[in-house]
Amino acid sequence: MNSIIQFASKLLRGQTAESAEVHKFHGGVHPEGHKQLSTTLPIAKLAIPQKLVLPLRQHVGYIPKVKVQVGDHVLKGQMLAEAEGTVSAAIHAPTSGTVTAISEAIIPHPSGLPDMCITLTPDGKDEWTTLRPTNWRNTDKKELVASLRSSGIVGLGGATFPTHIKVRADGKSQVHTLILNAAECEPYITCDDMLMRERADEIVKGMEIVKFLLGAENCIVGIEDNKPEATAAMTEACKALPETSVKVVPTLYPSGDARRLIHLVSGVEIPHDKRSTDVGIQVFNVATVLAIYRYFALGEPSIDRIVTITGSVNSPQNFKVLFGTPLQTLIDAAGGVQSGTTHFIMGGPMMGFDLPTIDVPITKAANCIIAATPNLFAPPPPAMPCIRCARCADACPVNLQPQELYWFSKSDNFEKARDYNLFDCIECGCCTYVCPSNIPLVQYYRYAKSEIIAADKAKEAADLARERNEFRLARIEREKLERAQKHAERAASNKAESAKTESTKVAPTKAEDVKAVPATTESEQPASSTNTDDVKKAAIAAAIERAKALKAAAAQAGESQKKSDAITADAPDASGKPAQTEDEQAKAEQAKKDKQALIAAAIERAKAQKLAAAQAGIAPKNVEDASPAVKAEISEIDAIREKAKQAVKAQDSDSEA
Amino acid sequence: MNRSPYITDAPAVSIIMLKVLLALVPGIFAYVWIYGGGILATIALATFTALVSEAALLKLRQRPIRPYLSDLSAVVTAWLLALALPPLAPWWLVVVGTLFAIVIAKQLYGGLGYNPFNPAMVGYAVLLISFPIIMTKWPAPLILAQTPLGFMDQLHFIFSNTLPTDVKIDAVTSATPLDYLKTQLMLNHEVSSITQAPIFGVWGAKGGEFVTAAYLLGGLYLIQQRIISWHLPTAFLATLAAMSLVFYTVNPAHFANPLFHLMSGASMLCAFFIITDPISGPTTPRGKLYFAAGVAVLTYLIRVYGGYPDGVAFAVLIMNMCVPLIDMHTQPRVFGHTKN
Repeated sequence: MNSIIQFASKLLRGQTAESAEVHKFHGGVHPEGHKQLSTTLPIAKLAIPQKLVLPLRQHVGYIPKVKVQVGDHVLKGQMLAEAEGTVSAAIHAPTSGTVTAISEAIIPHPSGLPDMCITLTPDGKDEWTTLRPTNWRNTDKKELVASLRSSGIVGLGGATFPTHIKVRADGKSQVHTLILNAAECEPYITCDDMLMRERADEIVKGMEIVKFLLGAENCIVGIEDNKPEATAAMTEACKALPETSVKVVPTLYPSGDARRLIHLVSGVEIPHDKRSTDVGIQVFNVATVLAIYRYFALGEPSIDRIVTITGSVNSPQNFKVLFGTPLQTLIDAAGGVQSGTTHFIMGGPMMGFDLPTIDVPITKAANCIIAATPNLFAPPPPAMPCIRCARCADACPVNLQPQELYWFSKSDNFEKARDYNLFDCIECGCCTYVCPSNIPLVQYYRYAKSEIIAADKAKEAADLARERNEFRLARIEREKLERAQKHAERAASNKAESAKTESTKVAPTKAEDVKAVPATTESEQPASSTNTDDVKKAAIAAAIERAKALKAAAAQAGESQKKSDAITADAPDASGKPAQTEDEQAKAEQAKKDKQALIAAAIERAKAQKLAAAQAGIAPKNVEDASPAVKAEISEIDAIREKAKQAVKAQDSDSEA
Repeated sequence: MNRSPYITDAPAVSIIMLKVLLALVPGIFAYVWIYGGGILATIALATFTALVSEAALLKLRQRPIRPYLSDLSAVVTAWLLALALPPLAPWWLVVVGTLFAIVIAKQLYGGLGYNPFNPAMVGYAVLLISFPIIMTKWPAPLILAQTPLGFMDQLHFIFSNTLPTDVKIDAVTSATPLDYLKTQLMLNHEVSSITQAPIFGVWGAKGGEFVTAAYLLGGLYLIQQRIISWHLPTAFLATLAAMSLVFYTVNPAHFANPLFHLMSGASMLCAFFIITDPISGPTTPRGKLYFAAGVAVLTYLIRVYGGYPDGVAFAVLIMNMCVPLIDMHTQPRVFGHTKN
């Protein structure tokens, strides 16, 4: 694998230096662009709305920690919530005003579920907090990256992955090539296109910063050939820069997918189990690098973005929108909706989703809002059976066999789906786009993926619970072994004393053993010491009972031993007194007979218990808090188990000697 | 809810089937021209039987009737079977074959999308095994027949098995070139002398070669329309040609030339219309090549060494059985994966 990566890296270096050819990926589709709808008007700035609702969850990763309280007055650009954990992003006040609520509200998410949001009521002054631009060329990279963590910048192409993670130089991979994703392959969306037309210079400056942060040598801007104006602007802006090229790729959805774009512009195929940084490539969206530029050059955190509002609105256009702006405000700015508009799609028509309601704010992920009518997006006709025409396979940009994945997903044959590389599916929707039978293929894959992930999680939890239980059983077993050893020693000394008159002294030996029983029971069950007296009585009674039947039982000793083992193993969680008592009886009997037999029995029991524990499949408890502490406990288990094994072995050799 | 993509650009199944039917039209025209209009009655009868039996089975299986009837897949099966049968086949033969194809080979396996075998070929194979004499008795092309039958005479023959009083059955029928070649070779005649017989045309069968050429035309239309991929016909025809070329080179006196094999029997129909059935065929590009090559090899072997006049039906059915295996072993390399 490493050799492949190295080869790929070399290939890339060679090609970027020598040729400007564009590679091809398998499949892809040519949906109607509809981009001209929203490119006739320049980007307009949307006025500050009456109210801003800022969901805490606007990015991939942990939700940030809220730093303000209701009633606080905040300035524009002031941090409202701080990144918490590695993968997280801060949230800033898009304008000055008062925090009026921190409560749940519907967020723009496919689930349609409410989530925590900070509500800000602007004061209209739009007063900036103190901005601290950085002279990034003369600052330590580590400091810059640390600073980026509080910028709130996430991938603005729609993935919303916190940007500071992507430039984190952890020393593992040396990025030599920065690729700027300007493909914007989804129909209708034009926010990146317009941004490049109007602000190419700032984008290129941002690219310079990212290149510096990554320590990259080359930059490639990948643009689809349906954006000639943007291409011209970017080419012009990049003209003076060394090792920077603008590559025009054919308009073919999904060329904007990172791995597809890398392949298009460099010919490198990122191995499925590696990140692009493993082969020295990092990809950034154009809007993201612009935000990075504004953060370092002007000190402005991420508080707005360009949003395309298109579809059945009267005046489709791109707007610069503050995060938290109600969707309705944006729609009004676009001249309102045309009659027949039924709902709104966030993102493009290939990978976007239905907004649950119109009462949602614009977030960092909102690159495009499409007002939908049944005319624009007709509901698909009822699905027909798959006729195995394999058009989906021809269209799949990952070269999967969607018809097979569909078959496996539909029949819940998840293992097989995984074997056929279900998890390489990027859910681009090409397969559904070309399906003559109108099968919602992507939905089947989403379903199968979520089922597999859930099953994996459950299995992990069950494994953990089993480990913990095994640890517990091992501990009990270890204690038992120690007791058995003491017993054996005592029995041995008794035997030595009465070696020559053993046959006449059966009764005293028996009595001594009976005495020993309650003592062990007590020591073994410290948690139930309140019942000790009862237990003692029961144990003594049982022992006497058994002593009477001693001679008869002696013949079947082996069998009763096994039985008591089984009981112990079956009820490891119960207080187990009767079982333990019987166990002790069995032991007493064995002790009377032979020291070696006793130890052998203990080993037998240990094996039986392990087997039982392994088969038990104990229901997971406390699954959620599978913390490092628990993991430490598990590693402890192994150590103790090893010790127990050695103890058993030592006994074996002892008894043999 | 995430139900993207919201847009599609795919021809419906019914459009695909319609184009297949359309591609058969030139072949049918040639057929009528060469063998007379009786074939139209056969096609109509097969279509009617297919639709009625499909509807009945859908009703039995409690499936919606309208969407499945209007997908036209049953019509395609009916047409293909009708075109594979001898032109003056009696009406009951057409009905039995179509019923078997639709009821047993298609609906009982689960209907559209679930049949592991090509329904038309199942119907054909059943008829061939059950009624070998009728199935191998082809009418002579009109231009060769001593007394060419008119359209009404043909209908009369199809539905009541009676000929005009002055015509004898031998005057209407003749052996097919493939059949004739085989029997004559057994009598130790040489290919070059056998093919001097009037039933042989320039490339294949006299008259029949025009029908074959028309199928080729329709097949090219299907490729142009991206209804079928080039893999299947190309691999089939290339393998058939290569195989016959090898035998022909070794012993031209005993084996017919490649062109004869390509233009005779059901070669073209098979290449463009039968093995291209997606449901019973493989899905991977490489698998399609293997599948088609396998059909071609078996077709040739059955033609030359088997007891049946043409080998297409059995070759297709045998290869249908291999489809899951072929698909499993011809999975293409997934993006970002190394070749296993």
